[in-house]
Amino acid sequence: MERLKVNLCGIDMDNPIIPASGTFGYGYEFAELYDINILGTFSFKGTTKDPRFGNPTPRIAECSSGMINAVGLQNPGVEKVIDEELPRLAKCFDKKVMANVSGFSVEDYAYTCEKLDKCDQVGWLEVNVSCPNVHGGGMSFGTSPEAAAEVTRAVKKVTTKPVLIKLSPNVTDIVSIAKACEEAGANGISLINTLLGMRIDLRRRQPIIANKMGGFSGSAIFPVAVRMVYQVAGAVKIPVVGMGGVSSAEDVIEMMLAGATAVEVGAANLVDPYICRDIIEKLPETMDKYGIKTLNEIIGGAH
Amino acid sequence: MKQTIFEIKENIKIAKNVFRMTLAGDTEGIIPGQFVNIKLDGYYLRRPISVCDVPEDGTLVIIYKVVGKGTELMSSMTEGSLDVLTQLGNGYDLTRSGDKPLLIGGGVGVPPLYMLAKKLVEQGKKVSVILGFNTKDEIFYEDEFKALGADVSVATADGSYGVKGFVTNAMEGMDFSYFYTCGPEPMLRAICKATDVSGELSFEERMGCGFGACMGCSCKTLTGYKRICKDGPVMRKEEIIWNA
Repeated sequence: MERLKVNLCGIDMDNPIIPASGTFGYGYEFAELYDINILGTFSFKGTTKDPRFGNPTPRIAECSSGMINAVGLQNPGVEKVIDEELPRLAKCFDKKVMANVSGFSVEDYAYTCEKLDKCDQVGWLEVNVSCPNVHGGGMSFGTSPEAAAEVTRAVKKVTTKPVLIKLSPNVTDIVSIAKACEEAGANGISLINTLLGMRIDLRRRQPIIANKMGGFSGSAIFPVAVRMVYQVAGAVKIPVVGMGGVSSAEDVIEMMLAGATAVEVGAANLVDPYICRDIIEKLPETMDKYGIKTLNEIIGGAH
Repeated sequence: MKQTIFEIKENIKIAKNVFRMTLAGDTEGIIPGQFVNIKLDGYYLRRPISVCDVPEDGTLVIIYKVVGKGTELMSSMTEGSLDVLTQLGNGYDLTRSGDKPLLIGGGVGVPPLYMLAKKLVEQGKKVSVILGFNTKDEIFYEDEFKALGADVSVATADGSYGVKGFVTNAMEGMDFSYFYTCGPEPMLRAICKATDVSGELSFEERMGCGFGACMGCSCKTLTGYKRICKDGPVMRKEEIIWNA
């Protein structure tokens, strides 16, 4: 449908809906449920240079209108993703996928991105400098403008495809970090990753999650996400992908009004596996309700 | 996996803090050892509950213990509909049972063994069952297993009913071809130690999605990393790595 189309960093998308990394695996659990080609694209499970098991369990805690996870980037490593996951994905997904990459050093990020950049199936690289669940990497790169810019430069040097830097909300001034990434050559910014959170079990008097803290996501964080997308979109010229607590067609429109060119849906996939399909189906009638002809025309409309 | 809206037909207390809910809806394809994941109003994550039975009338029977606010809310429901994901998990492998399978359940680990026992009896297997509970007023389903024609023993930790002690005490001297079990992890570990016979065990973990997407319930096994919700919850004794 023409009116849902957007263009993200030079690539046309049928609609702006993108299941977020870590909530959609490498696609095929959901491909068993519905034709995932109806999606704009999806961002695959955060991939690192080497295979990772991740953190000990429990990794999950429930919250009011949300959840905390401390998975810790469990993934088979970039070689296996290229040799096994992508060929398997090719059987059920014809579109360009968003490759989500994490690392523990600037060299890690560059290495993994360079490998994935060479894959035809990959359309965008989403560089996660914001994982709150690993030590000595992830979020530590996304909490200072200098470190985020350094990762951006290193990745841009060895890649040809659009690079989006995925930012952490756990910072004092997200705008300065987004601007530093833009200046370092990023083609887009995606935000927000999860908010650092914690729950304590009253019976055991100990944190529920083995890693003590984790990333808080779900509809509870939506207002924080809208605010940060609005701030960043108002400060940079490159496209912004908005995410954080999105779970309805109305939320998608709100994110786009805040300045998002495309919108990722995260935790909601885990609770309602058909949510992205349902949002895409409901978008036209929701747009009618608010007098919106095309989604493209409302991007940043609230500024 | 299948998403289905079920109607609550019955929800009754069957033991201390333990309830049985009967739901009407699409139950096709559900096999013993699988679980369902139930959406509750006001709670973000679904509640994973093992399948106790799919009787001839096609309803879904689940037995759950009230352990928190979510299950407390469930226990108060008498009518209405529930959004349920079904056919989750791998289930037990009935082909490995041999002629004399032993089924061992501990507490709310008992329910998934009921449908398994029923299927094994239908296949003409000589089924023995050991049910373990802390105390007499927590016991449920002894008569239901007996009605299937299984040889049933009950163990209580405080000795208030049946064999005094743990399920492993009741296992002493028993002759069986294979075992199937579900219950608290210390019990699973004790069973593996107590016998050289092969078997399979159903595990529990805090889950995010319940269908293999979030990697929230991963564990290490001798056959690789596994997701308890998708690659399990049933694992073979030979592949388990017991944490120290």
